[in-house]
Amino acid sequence: MDTSHLFASGHSACPGCGQAIAARLVLRATGKDVIIANPTGCLEIFSSNYTASSWEVPWIHSLFENAAPVASGIESALKATGRLDKITVIAQGGDGAMADIGLGALSGTWERGHDILTICYDNEAYMNTGIQRSGLTPYDASTTTSPAGEVSLGNPRLKKDLPQIAVAHGLPYVATASVGYPQDLDKKVKKAVSIRGPKYIQIHVPCPLGWRHDSALSIDIARLAVQTGLFPIIEIEAGQLTSARKIGKKRGVEEYLRPQGRFRHLFESPAGQQELKKIQEIADRNIERYGLIRAG
Amino acid sequence: MAPRMIRGAQAVAEAAALCRPQVISAYPITPQTVIVEELAQMIANGKLEAEFVNVESEHSAASVVLGASATGVRVYTASSSQGLLLMSEVLYNIAGMRLPVVLTCANRSVSAPLNIWNDQQDSISLRDSGCLQFYAENNQEAVDLLLLAYRVAEDHGVMLPALVCVDGFLLPHAYEAVDVPEPKEVDAFLPPYQPLYRLDPDEPLTFGAYAEPDKYMEARYMMQRAQEKAISVIQEAGHSFEKVFGRPISALMERYRMDDASTALVAMGSVIGTIKDVVDELRSQGQRVGALKIVTYRPFPKELIYHALKEMENIIVLDKAVSLGSGGPLATEIRAAFQGSPQPPRVSGVIAGLGGRDITMDTIKRIISQAQKEVLEAEFVDLREDMELEGVD
Repeated sequence: MDTSHLFASGHSACPGCGQAIAARLVLRATGKDVIIANPTGCLEIFSSNYTASSWEVPWIHSLFENAAPVASGIESALKATGRLDKITVIAQGGDGAMADIGLGALSGTWERGHDILTICYDNEAYMNTGIQRSGLTPYDASTTTSPAGEVSLGNPRLKKDLPQIAVAHGLPYVATASVGYPQDLDKKVKKAVSIRGPKYIQIHVPCPLGWRHDSALSIDIARLAVQTGLFPIIEIEAGQLTSARKIGKKRGVEEYLRPQGRFRHLFESPAGQQELKKIQEIADRNIERYGLIRAG
Repeated sequence: MAPRMIRGAQAVAEAAALCRPQVISAYPITPQTVIVEELAQMIANGKLEAEFVNVESEHSAASVVLGASATGVRVYTASSSQGLLLMSEVLYNIAGMRLPVVLTCANRSVSAPLNIWNDQQDSISLRDSGCLQFYAENNQEAVDLLLLAYRVAEDHGVMLPALVCVDGFLLPHAYEAVDVPEPKEVDAFLPPYQPLYRLDPDEPLTFGAYAEPDKYMEARYMMQRAQEKAISVIQEAGHSFEKVFGRPISALMERYRMDDASTALVAMGSVIGTIKDVVDELRSQGQRVGALKIVTYRPFPKELIYHALKEMENIIVLDKAVSLGSGGPLATEIRAAFQGSPQPPRVSGVIAGLGGRDITMDTIKRIISQAQKEVLEAEFVDLREDMELEGVD
């Protein structure tokens, strides 16, 4: 069956929007027997301007911070009516909704063990409201609320490790994926759907508007994030690391950072040059931690 | 069934169970918790088949019942005070999404100062949310209005959430004789929920789309019309209730000894019991005093209220809440009902019983004699005289 149009064209996402591509890939992997709870954010806005909708599957938007408990209610209703076996419940949203404002509610949903697939489309800032810093904004990125300036080098904090927070809840399946690796993403979504209980996938999705890169480069940039080690794509099953996509030829972080306006300030001052070293260290730590380079 | 002497929380929980909700979600808060504890125990004992979702906040409790209701099942939740305020964002959303979620509000004051006792500030603050609001005088009404609330909320011409408000501690924790109906009677009065739309992969629909300025107002207009329509739906449900259960229900309001009255006390909730005792006493002394109990606060049955009160010389409205900076919320609306009438009655407004302060018969008698002399704007009654009130004068 051709399910490629479950997320239909005609929506109003920006050219090169990684989230729109990823959302479509997710639905291609799940097929039509899903119900989606989607918080407020770019994905919601560009896909559901009444009287139009891109969703060819049942889809509900309620508020910004409650997609996970809304999905809990959907799952409970399906359970009560004996329909849960046939339907996959998905809570999906951006990093602001999932990692910040909705994290308490998401934690409750995970802890209760609902049979729900949670997906975070991680574009590393509040893009819908105009590129404000979120808990998943990476170190040194310039956003409208963590701007680079005379005495600022951008966001002073490291990206929150949401996958490890998921692991700490005892989830049977936690994965990270990238819109730059669609086959890997497809495989992970299919695997998650096959597992009962709470599952979490965080998908790295470039935002040309917020990251300030050429919209034709979205996929390349997404792949560079993986190839530099800054966004490792991994699977953690029952608490154990079961896969990590290896880096063939290690790329320096500058290759990833340079095409993006949000990191431009790092290339314009001696202090910025020092910061590039720190970001390289972040990538190196990831490579070490997840064994991203094949030994010998 | 013969009335049994039971605790209010048990009566409300039994009534909720009789409505056969398939998903229940709640978060602990005094004085509501006793209700959902009863429901949890019923499920644990195999007496009720429902999914009970123990959430991490009231915001999530409301979100869970939102999701379940959108999936097409009947749901129940309950809350109080800060919990209801935390739910409020979701309740506005539930109303806009036209989901017939029903909850019991065990009315409690709001913080600060922190106080767990009864007034009605919590539910009154949801006045403009789109939720239907019913206020129970006693535990029998807490039961009856819950059954009625489901029937009205799920009416296809209404499709709005409903709050059944019961004065915290005074009702849920009190033992009264309550006639909890038989399941087959409830089934006859309240058929299974028939959603107009539901989340279903066989018929995929988009819920909660956003609306630009060229469409938003129409959605809100339809909610206003549904509220207005609910008046007749409530009346009709009241008639049907009397037929099925063989006993009366005051669904919109209740007139108590109002024939030939010249002074009327108007209030909502359990304080009406005390007011009725005062009316009886004053009537026995020959005073022409009556009471009007407002049961349905949203939709506000203003025409019926106008006709019930238009012959009065004095109306005294007792609010257990205050719109700070304005006055008693109910008093304001009663005054508005007489706007433009040729000889409007004198309408006094008093604020009483905040944070669980007792409203005694003496208090009410004092208010009546005061209001017969002068119109009270927003008089806080029974304030202490031995406390220095900082910033006042």
